[in-house]
Amino acid sequence: MAKSIDVSDLNIYYGDFLAVQGVNMTIKARSVTAFIGPSGCGKSTFLRSLNRMHEVIPGARVEGKVVVDGQSLYDPSIDPVAVRRQIGMVFQRPNPFPTMSIYDNVLAGNRLNSRRMKKSEADSIVERSLKGANLWNEVKDRLNKPGMGLSGGQQQRLCIARAIAVEPQVLLMDEPCSALDPISTSAIEDLIHELKSDYTIVIVTHNMQQAARVSDETGFFNLKATGQPGQLVEFNPTKKVFSNPDEPATEAYISGRFG
Amino acid sequence: MSQTLEKKPAPSRDAMPLSGPRMPGSAPYLVAAAALAVGVGLGMILGGGLIAMAILAGLTFIVGITVWAWALEGRRSGVDRLVMSVVWAAFAVALVPLASLVWTVLSNGIPALSAEFFTYSMRGVIGDEPGGIYHALIGTLLITLGATVISVPVGIMTAIYIVEYGRTARLAKAITFLVDVMTGIPSIVAGLFAYALFVLIFGPGVRLGFGGSVALSLLMIPVVVRATEEMLKLVPDELREASYALGVPKWRTIVKVVLPTSLSGILTGVTLAIARVIGETAPLLIIAGSTDSVNFNLFADRMQTLPVFIYYAYTQPGVPPDPSIERAWGAALVLIAIVMLLNLLARVVGKVFAPKTGR
Repeated sequence: MAKSIDVSDLNIYYGDFLAVQGVNMTIKARSVTAFIGPSGCGKSTFLRSLNRMHEVIPGARVEGKVVVDGQSLYDPSIDPVAVRRQIGMVFQRPNPFPTMSIYDNVLAGNRLNSRRMKKSEADSIVERSLKGANLWNEVKDRLNKPGMGLSGGQQQRLCIARAIAVEPQVLLMDEPCSALDPISTSAIEDLIHELKSDYTIVIVTHNMQQAARVSDETGFFNLKATGQPGQLVEFNPTKKVFSNPDEPATEAYISGRFG
Repeated sequence: MSQTLEKKPAPSRDAMPLSGPRMPGSAPYLVAAAALAVGVGLGMILGGGLIAMAILAGLTFIVGITVWAWALEGRRSGVDRLVMSVVWAAFAVALVPLASLVWTVLSNGIPALSAEFFTYSMRGVIGDEPGGIYHALIGTLLITLGATVISVPVGIMTAIYIVEYGRTARLAKAITFLVDVMTGIPSIVAGLFAYALFVLIFGPGVRLGFGGSVALSLLMIPVVVRATEEMLKLVPDELREASYALGVPKWRTIVKVVLPTSLSGILTGVTLAIARVIGETAPLLIIAGSTDSVNFNLFADRMQTLPVFIYYAYTQPGVPPDPSIERAWGAALVLIAIVMLLNLLARVVGKVFAPKTGR
């Protein structure tokens, strides 16, 4: 249950402002794809356009094609809600629902869509998802406590558990470790390695070591020039990007000679 | 600029004076005691009343503590003490009418309270026969309930439109503006509107409790809208996005995530809106009328309410006037108690529904 994503000639706008221009790439199934690049170059914007979260912002729109499993996501016949059920997302800041317990947070995707479940089925989804997110052992004795009571790293893993509880095809992660300490980061990176066998994972990160550690393929985004839209500079296997990149700009950024 | 800098050489960086003379921790109490003595003493000598003494003592305190702090600790500290004592004085002045009101209502109202007072209506009650506010209590509760039933859905849904769907739309801005205008409607105008509306339907001279509900809801809706709007705006967008990212439709996100997260604030707002209208007199005088009998039917005939009852019991007490005036005070006490209970209830409900942090 994992799908590849084909992106062709994608232009992303905020109102009249062109934020990202002309992206072409193929994201492989059952692999980790990382996006790196300076702040404000459109990595997160691009990521959000992959599950139609971009258009939640008023005035935001997209031109071009994103094809998943032979279906064009921006086709008029596509229901954005259905897209988001298949392509889950984890955000930069952990955002568990404050009114819900840990248990209910994991089940939020199912419950909020008012899927009727037996108690045993619900229990097994919660256990499987929390185990999948490496959180089960830490919270199994306090599943009915509020999700907000967990530490930041635990909250982020709770959000991952919540995202995988609905069994999406693709998991998008928008700087999932930027607010976390090295130990929580390491836990989440281990988790990404494990999830890779079942999910297509796309991760945005500012941490180049992290991109090198977890990803199979890496895309480097950059602004064309100050005030110009962002673009995909290079998209290659991670090993190649970090050892022998095609573009001098990529090498400059990775080696710290940026700007 | 550069000249002044040259004239004043910068203090030597070697010195770092952190200690200086400090006022004792008990300074405010010492000054307060002295100020009280001055106030009472001067008041006695000059022959002023209690109020004059209090004002004298307050002024002495402000001047005394400011001068002391300024002389001992310096200018910044003096200004700090001055502003702090002025703020405290303002707080005390604001508290005076509240304390006086509560005391007056309690002392006048408590003698009126009895079992008959809560269970008897005023039907056929003449002079000092036992009469009560049962009919007015029922009327006030029913009419306010009616107003709440109308206002809460309209108000909350309007706020949801403004915050969740309207956002930057021109219509949402227009509605926000109109709601602000509505906040300023005089209550008598709301009453006349309701009267005019029901005259169109039932003909002139109509009196019914539901008309009162309509009039009150006119006053309530803007309060509910504003309170709900502010609460919905406080819900972080991250929660909405988290819900969308799970494939939850927008309406369900609003119902299951946004509203529960802001529920305690919305309930507080609703309760405050109820408290705002439950004491309204003018619109009810026009449309709900006044009666001595119990009426449980919102949709027919006159209905007595507590504010209208107080108004008539005090302005037209009959002969002898004392029992009626006592009942007016008792009814006022009951009305204040109801509002206070509502506020307490809002607190409790807000606590129960507030998002849990688990800490």
